[in-house]
Amino acid sequence: MYRYDQFDHDFVNARVAQFREQVGRRLAGELTEDQFRPLRLQNGLYLQLHAYMLRVAVPYGTLSPAQMRMLAHIARKYDRGYGHFTTRQNIQYHWPALGDVPDILADLATVEMHAIQTSGNCVRNVTADHFAGAAADEILDPRPYAEILRQWSSLHPEFVHLPRKFKIAVTGAERDRAAVQVHDIGVHAKRGPDGEVGFAVYVGGGLGRTPMIAHKIRDYLPEEDLLSYMEAILRVYNLEGRRDNKFKARIKILVHEAGADAIRDKVEAEFERIRHSALFLPEDEVRRIEAYFALPELPNRSPVSPSLDRARAADAALDAWVRQNTVPHKVTGHVLATISLKPIGGTPGDATAEQMEVVADLAERYSAGEVRVSHEQNLVLPHVALDDLADIHAILQANDLATSNAGLVSDIICCPGLDYCSLANARSIPVAQKIAERFADLDRQRTIGELKIKISGCINACGHHHVGHIGILGVEKKGEEFYQVTLGGSGDEHTAIGEIIGRGFAADELIDAVETIIETYLVHRTDPGETFLAAYRRLGQAPFKEALYATA
Amino acid sequence: MFKAATEGQKKIVTVNRLIDGRVMFLGPGNRWVMHVTEAAVLDDGAELEAAMAFGRAEIAARQVTELYPIDVEVTPEGPVPVRLRERIRAEGPTVAYGEAERAPLTAGSR
Repeated sequence: MYRYDQFDHDFVNARVAQFREQVGRRLAGELTEDQFRPLRLQNGLYLQLHAYMLRVAVPYGTLSPAQMRMLAHIARKYDRGYGHFTTRQNIQYHWPALGDVPDILADLATVEMHAIQTSGNCVRNVTADHFAGAAADEILDPRPYAEILRQWSSLHPEFVHLPRKFKIAVTGAERDRAAVQVHDIGVHAKRGPDGEVGFAVYVGGGLGRTPMIAHKIRDYLPEEDLLSYMEAILRVYNLEGRRDNKFKARIKILVHEAGADAIRDKVEAEFERIRHSALFLPEDEVRRIEAYFALPELPNRSPVSPSLDRARAADAALDAWVRQNTVPHKVTGHVLATISLKPIGGTPGDATAEQMEVVADLAERYSAGEVRVSHEQNLVLPHVALDDLADIHAILQANDLATSNAGLVSDIICCPGLDYCSLANARSIPVAQKIAERFADLDRQRTIGELKIKISGCINACGHHHVGHIGILGVEKKGEEFYQVTLGGSGDEHTAIGEIIGRGFAADELIDAVETIIETYLVHRTDPGETFLAAYRRLGQAPFKEALYATA
Repeated sequence: MFKAATEGQKKIVTVNRLIDGRVMFLGPGNRWVMHVTEAAVLDDGAELEAAMAFGRAEIAARQVTELYPIDVEVTPEGPVPVRLRERIRAEGPTVAYGEAERAPLTAGSR
């Protein structure tokens, strides 16, 4: 894992001291709320529906056990004993007191964490494939590049007052688990014909009120030019992005209005101008950062584990969990194990302090000291031996963390919605809970197969509903909660924006509607191997519309 | 969330406490109360204006922030906000959280 050097430590500690002083001035009455708001937002502190909310970055979704334990400590000491993992690999605390926040940030700094740039019109936490550096199908670990981008973008003086917020995601596998095409910039690290490293660069994707799929403006950018090219994109956006209308200020609107070719030409021209500047990435520096992310030394193991096979044969729950929640690792005899934060009837993404500590212990004992946070609001143990899975499962089971639903209908992405968020128009958590309860039977979930439901409580789309196979958007209609349903979205290498299926549903109709959609899929699929998404793409809207509305 | 005034609409006044962000309401005698049912119900006129003026003074005295009036219905149990958003803001999340959330999950899975 990356370790702070003296510069990083000084930088983060200075920021904590600065914010401590700002909070002191606010509490002493020297700053008004209007003066203080931009300062607190730059440190990830919001005022939400019930209280302040602190958003802490988990850069590229990688945590050490010490960091996870600190997140638990903060939940217990300063909050209400839990935290909420978000769709951007952050964790949010929903109840911190303003007066405690400087101490929270100081505690975070001791484990090399912070809340800088988790809000505001700046480059936000850089996200990455949560299986990075471990998945069998990966070409390159994207995290060294995410770390380089983090260093470059942290308090970059030119880019701290952009027209609007700016989100970058990085992946290093052909199978896109980081949703790079719905980010302001998506970086796809890959190898060129001679094995050298480069990047495909996507620009102008995003969700929110105007969902757009990014345009690939570079098929292959040499490694050494990464920062020059990013800087060129940000500069073009900073100069030309709209500042007259908040809703048209994201780079996706600029790309859409100017056209991808025009933006590419401007970016390339600026890139040519600056590519041989101080932004040139020296190879030894890249290799130095890369060394922090080296694959841990995992002992050679057999590709089969007789002890696991015996345990699976004797324990159906273990068998189900291994089948559903583990994926192949680069190193034979190992897997990545997803720890679902989607218990049936629970709040997607929530973990108690005790659960965080359990995961930290598991990471230390069984996963080479690493935990990952996924944008799907789950946790991952990235380096687990097959021989250890039964022990891990038993511990997870004892701590309500063993739900075998990764990628299934109850593995729902869901924003906090109107239960917590001051922007929301409708609740989303209760919807996720009711859908999960309706499909609580895991056999039924497995029969349905891969199905990604994503729920947002307002048009800002923190729950990524546009790219849900089934997307649900909460709105307020005549004072009541009302839900629009989209079908056919996906946030992978074949990204698509879902299409609205028809008139929306009242809260008490919605769960039946979701079940109708799923039953319709089951009737029409060619065979159990045809996923919901594949079937929808083949069938189109007609059978679903018919099932939902024909009798209305 | 200011709404167009309707005839006879009753109001209460709400803020967030500066130090910890907690939601409070203005109660009788210009005291801040933590529960919406204890809030002082105000006519949409001079009463509301006086309450808002008190709230602004409290902002200036750095006790509170985010002052605004809420439309309420008056019930025997006290005022109830008209909008769902304000009801949730007043009562807290409608879903269990933390250890309270885990309790039924644990009971259900064992």
